[in-house]
Amino acid sequence: MNATAPSIEALANQEYKWGFVTEIEADTIPKGLNEDVIRMISAKKNEPEFMLEWRLKSYRQWLKMEEPQWPNVHYPRIDYQDIIYYSAPATKVGPKSLDEVDPELLRTYEKLGIPLKEQELLAGIAVDIVFDSVSVATTFKAKLAELGIIFCSFSEAVQEHPELIQKYLGSVVPHSDNFFAALNAAVFSDGSFCYVPKGVRCPMELSTYFRINAKDTGQFERTLIIADEGAYVSYLEGCTAPMRDNNQLHAAVVELVALDNAQIKYSTVQNWYPGDKQGKGGIYNFVTKRGKCLGDNSKISWTQVETGSAITWKYPSCILIGDNSVGEFYSVALTNNYQQADTGTKMIHIGKNTRSTIVSKGISAGHGQNTYRGMVKILKSAAGARNYSQCDSLLLGDQCGAHTFPYLEVKNTSSQVEHEASTSKIGEDQIFYCRQRGISSEDAVSMIVHGFCKEVFRELPMEFAVEAQKLLGISLEGSVG
Amino acid sequence: MALLEIKNLHASVAGKEILSGIDLTVNTGEVHAIMGPNGSGKSTLAQVLAGRDLYQVTDGQVLYDGKDLLNMPPEERAQEGIFIAFQYPVEIPGVSNMYFLKAALNTIRKRRGLEELDAMDFLTLVKEKLALVEMDPAFLNRPVNAGFSGGEKKRNEIFQMAVLEPRLAILDETDSGLDIDALKIVANGVNQFRTRDRAMIVVTHYQRLLNYIVPDQVHVLANGRIVKSGGKDLALELDQSGYAGLEEAVTA
Ligand SMILES: Nc1ncnc2c1ncn2[C@@H]1O[C@H](COP(=O)(O)OP(=O)(O)O)[C@@H](O)[C@H]1O
Ligand SMILES: [Mg+2]
Repeated sequence: MNATAPSIEALANQEYKWGFVTEIEADTIPKGLNEDVIRMISAKKNEPEFMLEWRLKSYRQWLKMEEPQWPNVHYPRIDYQDIIYYSAPATKVGPKSLDEVDPELLRTYEKLGIPLKEQELLAGIAVDIVFDSVSVATTFKAKLAELGIIFCSFSEAVQEHPELIQKYLGSVVPHSDNFFAALNAAVFSDGSFCYVPKGVRCPMELSTYFRINAKDTGQFERTLIIADEGAYVSYLEGCTAPMRDNNQLHAAVVELVALDNAQIKYSTVQNWYPGDKQGKGGIYNFVTKRGKCLGDNSKISWTQVETGSAITWKYPSCILIGDNSVGEFYSVALTNNYQQADTGTKMIHIGKNTRSTIVSKGISAGHGQNTYRGMVKILKSAAGARNYSQCDSLLLGDQCGAHTFPYLEVKNTSSQVEHEASTSKIGEDQIFYCRQRGISSEDAVSMIVHGFCKEVFRELPMEFAVEAQKLLGISLEGSVG
Repeated sequence: MALLEIKNLHASVAGKEILSGIDLTVNTGEVHAIMGPNGSGKSTLAQVLAGRDLYQVTDGQVLYDGKDLLNMPPEERAQEGIFIAFQYPVEIPGVSNMYFLKAALNTIRKRRGLEELDAMDFLTLVKEKLALVEMDPAFLNRPVNAGFSGGEKKRNEIFQMAVLEPRLAILDETDSGLDIDALKIVANGVNQFRTRDRAMIVVTHYQRLLNYIVPDQVHVLANGRIVKSGGKDLALELDQSGYAGLEEAVTA
């Protein structure tokens, strides 16, 4: 009965919609990496001496390090001399207001569905935009400043608030933490910075939107968020890139610090270009994200929806130092075609009665390979600590794979850990049942996937949840054979 | 008016012919019962009519409302008003009955040029239909068929039918696995559904159901062919004598 079934495969041909290139004048340095390049980046940014020293220290450390081989991902060797480490839209000085931003750039963000004119912005979201390596615009700054909240580009923070940078930079992810973090520390060109003062509840979602545009460019941004005592902030991160035949490297670092009674909610919808159906091109996403619950009763939640990138290597983690502090990780990671993801989290319990929750949902389709790697470590000092982990995998088709590597280390007897795992498959019979009720294959898949992910979506801010759901639908079209 | 016309339908699965020339016409307002031994092809017929591509149609024609049914994808057949109450309803973990049915109803309504129902109107409708099959509203929030008992699954199929209001309903052994009370409830739901512009094919193994859902015609399917047709009394006859004689008649 061939005429009846528009095979789900045929629907797979949905293109990556964000893959256009912006023609814009750029200030780009030549390919390759050495100390002069690092000095040049630092000089371009007019950085204080301590920053240059930190970068050089990181670079020297990096030279001694090996690219990690343990993740369950496979890719050809990266030639680190074949990458451009700095590319910025060619504006002489940083724009004072949006009117000074290159209109071509504004159009780019309009195409991406992110209006930058403040009056057009979704009420309640302040946005920092990082294009290639630099922050090009931050909205709602003045309004936030009235509350004492600092939300600006990293470069600006280095100039305006060096004392905060000096105090917290590398305090969660040290310059020597791992190969990619060291590389980032050496060459990072910009990113976002946020400080929420004591007792302030940030009244709007803060958001950074990352876009890689230039060819052969690596993107190395750094985000640092500090919630002072009793502060609260919810932060969103989104990202896209043009379609390119070659692979591009993204090696970011995110550091979060929560002091006593503070709370940070960090949400990501990662949609870097995943490569084409044959696995050509796409972003290598090697990211180090870590939060430190430094204060008592503090809380850090990571929520991520990972649909893009050719390779994802990412473990947003929490170090629970303060007593009664809470770490959470909610994740949906999707791999289709030839995408590979090795992602998960680390929860390090140090303080008393610390609690952590891990909910990981891996979806594999096509030839996608999805690995969950999680570590729960409960130190002797963490009396009464508790962890709950749940790892579910959903398979679409029979060429993909799901792998789970939970590591557990408990050093005291008063702690409780619980781990649940499941693997399920979207079957042809389920799709057919839906179709017999009038629901198309794509809608059936997205309905089942949504059902599978809803515990994670529930954690996302409203608009983001809607976007995430749409993205999953698009990323999965045609993936059930 | 002929709602369904099956002409010389041949179908096979995994290279083996299961249906070997079915002819059957069902008019609006009629209820046809199809009986027959295990493995005779009753479910295969239902699946072929639903458009499952596991089964290959090798010959013949099916007209539904005068249109070539075999060229329509399954969801279009459903939207055009064909409903199968499956012998083995599938579980869909993570998707609530409510969400599932609302999606189904709204695509079907869209096809009929009706407005989509909003959450409130949908809830009202659904509650009314639930009462019909005597099911607890709490069940709406449970995932589709997941963890349902055999009987609950069957009732759920009838409940879905009541909500989706198809023109042609094919019930595949909806009675098996039901105790007598549940059977009466289901039959009552089905009888309320009988109208002049609808038709139904009731596949069953036992005559018992036909005491409650009285058919206009009864057909016996054996070895992929309809070997005997008659009125409602044929079912009683079969109950007494079994299918053995009929099967022999075919193979001879
Ligand atoms: N998916 C399938 N693969 C292989 N054989 C099948 C499949 N579905 C049905 N059959 C075979 O087709 C014949 C008819 O099955 P079925 O239509 O389920 O019979 P009934 O519903 O009348 O009991 C049986 O011999 C059965 O084994
Ligand atoms: Mg059967």
